[in-house]
Amino acid sequence: MPAITMPKLSDTMTEGTIARWKKKKGDTIEAGDILAEIETDKATMEMECFDDGVLTEIFVPAGGKAPVGAKIALVLAEGESADSTTEAPARPEKAAEAKPESKETPPAPAPAVSGSRVKASPLAKKIAAERGVSLEGLAGTGPGHRVVAKDVPARGSARAVSAAAAPRIEARAAGEGDTTIPLSNMRRTIADRLVASKQQNPHFYLSVEVDAGALTRLRQELNAANEAAGLPKLTVNDFVLLAVGRAAAQHPSINASWGGDSIIQYGAVNISVAVAVDDGLITPVIRNADKLSLKEISAAVKDLAKRAREKKLKPEEYSGGTITVSNLGAYGIEQFFAIVNPPQAAILAIGAIVKKPVVNAKNEIVVGERVTISLSADHRVVDGAVGAEFLSTLRKLIENPAMMLF
Amino acid sequence: MPLIEYREALNQAFAEEIERDPNVVLIGEEVAQYDGAYKVTRGLWKKYGDKRVVDTPISEAAFIGMGVGASMLGLRPVMELMFWSFATVAYDQIINNAGQIRYMSGGLINCPIVIRGPANGGTNVGATHSHTPENWLAAIPGLKVVSAANAYDAKGLMKTAIRDNDPVMFMENTLLYGEKYEVPEGEYLIPLGVADIKREGTDVTLVSHGRAVLTALKAAEILAAEHDISCEVVDLRSIRPLDEETVLASVRKTHRAVLVDENKPFCGVSAQISSMIMEQAFDDLDAPVGRVCSLDAPAIYSPAVEPFQLPTPDRIIRKVKEIC
Repeated sequence: MPAITMPKLSDTMTEGTIARWKKKKGDTIEAGDILAEIETDKATMEMECFDDGVLTEIFVPAGGKAPVGAKIALVLAEGESADSTTEAPARPEKAAEAKPESKETPPAPAPAVSGSRVKASPLAKKIAAERGVSLEGLAGTGPGHRVVAKDVPARGSARAVSAAAAPRIEARAAGEGDTTIPLSNMRRTIADRLVASKQQNPHFYLSVEVDAGALTRLRQELNAANEAAGLPKLTVNDFVLLAVGRAAAQHPSINASWGGDSIIQYGAVNISVAVAVDDGLITPVIRNADKLSLKEISAAVKDLAKRAREKKLKPEEYSGGTITVSNLGAYGIEQFFAIVNPPQAAILAIGAIVKKPVVNAKNEIVVGERVTISLSADHRVVDGAVGAEFLSTLRKLIENPAMMLF
Repeated sequence: MPLIEYREALNQAFAEEIERDPNVVLIGEEVAQYDGAYKVTRGLWKKYGDKRVVDTPISEAAFIGMGVGASMLGLRPVMELMFWSFATVAYDQIINNAGQIRYMSGGLINCPIVIRGPANGGTNVGATHSHTPENWLAAIPGLKVVSAANAYDAKGLMKTAIRDNDPVMFMENTLLYGEKYEVPEGEYLIPLGVADIKREGTDVTLVSHGRAVLTALKAAEILAAEHDISCEVVDLRSIRPLDEETVLASVRKTHRAVLVDENKPFCGVSAQISSMIMEQAFDDLDAPVGRVCSLDAPAIYSPAVEPFQLPTPDRIIRKVKEIC
């Protein structure tokens, strides 16, 4: 049977880390057994074995990384010999435990980057220049980890950054009392994607103060009823998500992506919800949010957030979003601006509901409940007036929340 | 199309050119009465007689010099060297006389001579009989150098070489003389300086000439069947003039090149090709140019070790896999 290879567990995954081997060399394996836990850029997932056999080789030790498709282990059926697999296994790129076990173990290959020079083929360099993509940080699959043509990402992909990249900002070397924290896959993905977004997407920002009085009153009434019925409480964010789904459905030009030579407007409204987790954040997706009821949205968010914190999300549950909502209201933040979550074109930043003096329709100063909602958008896709119209729709929905219950 | 031996294809070329042009004459050791040391000129002396097929004493310096002089006066001699390795004793005649006379005479004197014979190792005849001097000779402006991998190319190139007005060094191979290939009946010519794509491919270009083309084709077959690597095999056919465009176009397509050469690596033909690719197709390369040459030592005589000196399919496959 073929060797076990690093599975592709998410659409952005290019390499994975063996978090833990659940079986050891020599173990008998039955189809369905969990061989290992794989840490991707998003989550830690269990890797199942699909065949019966014996785990005869582990090529990448725990802690080691391997590119998607690289051989990481060998499970042989009874009577099968290792000779039937002719190709060399993956060389672990970095593994704390991958110390040479004997003098015969060849030294680990040098990484593609030595000093500040990226080792890349002339063709890869030419293609990268044409695509406006930086070679820095790319995993080279050529000999000696050289970056070759097929390693260069497509224009506009997450890893693509401007060819005329700014000079590198060098960190001060860690000294006594400082801590150097190795990057998790999630940390690196956040860094790559947000740097790419800030460098490539021309951001602009709009802010609107929304009267949250009606929303607060409705929420109190519904929660009182829910409490009596033993149902979970509704959060402010549940209402916001409900409103964003409906507003985005009315403004398809917001629910869109820059496609290089076209703009893609999505048929469904899938809201990515930013959830803070231990070592970063992840954005599980509420699919078809414009078609869901308040109750359904509330239940979906609770479930996704809980499993996100436990790192139990499946890849399809955090991919395919079309617009993102980030809410820091719980921390008392009144207003902030988020970085667009590529390849989406818009992200909403929701602040806290605060009591403040406001002038009402009768020109009286009264106590108002206000929430500030800020839109960050990719100007290639969304123009200022379009963004403003969307926020105006969103404001009307939040200010008249009962309308959304039908 | 008839399948004929490489030696028979050459024989046809000589016969056709002898009949076409009264100035064509075959000269060399044992080319006439003995039919040639490797029977390439079989039957020609009997058919065309002493004036057209001439035996010489064992003195390359003397008979090559005679041929060069005859060519300057209007004959088109086709000189056989029993081994190209023996050209060293006729170097002054080949390089200074044949190679430089057109330039030195201001274009007044041409030297339409063909010097031909086997130029290969791998037959257990020792270091002094196993040279592959195409690179030595191609280094001289004024000389043309041709190397045919099969009977079809051998005939077409030989006829063109005989009609060429400059000295043409024609590299044959004792291991190829018995190899059969489809050769059409009737006349055809293959121009000098035009390479031939012997196998189309997409992943890597194998550039070679002479018998190394067959080795490269074998390797390409195995790489396609067992390693899913598609090789394009370019046969130079003529070392000088060199068809740079065909090589470069192939490299620009596959982005990788492995050069297969029975020359020794140091200053070999493939070193020249490698430099050309680097200078003219640098931005198209996705991997460094690789070379598979004869091992850099005098031709090995020990039969146990000799098979490892020339390029083998196995060595080509290893080199290709290094860069693919």
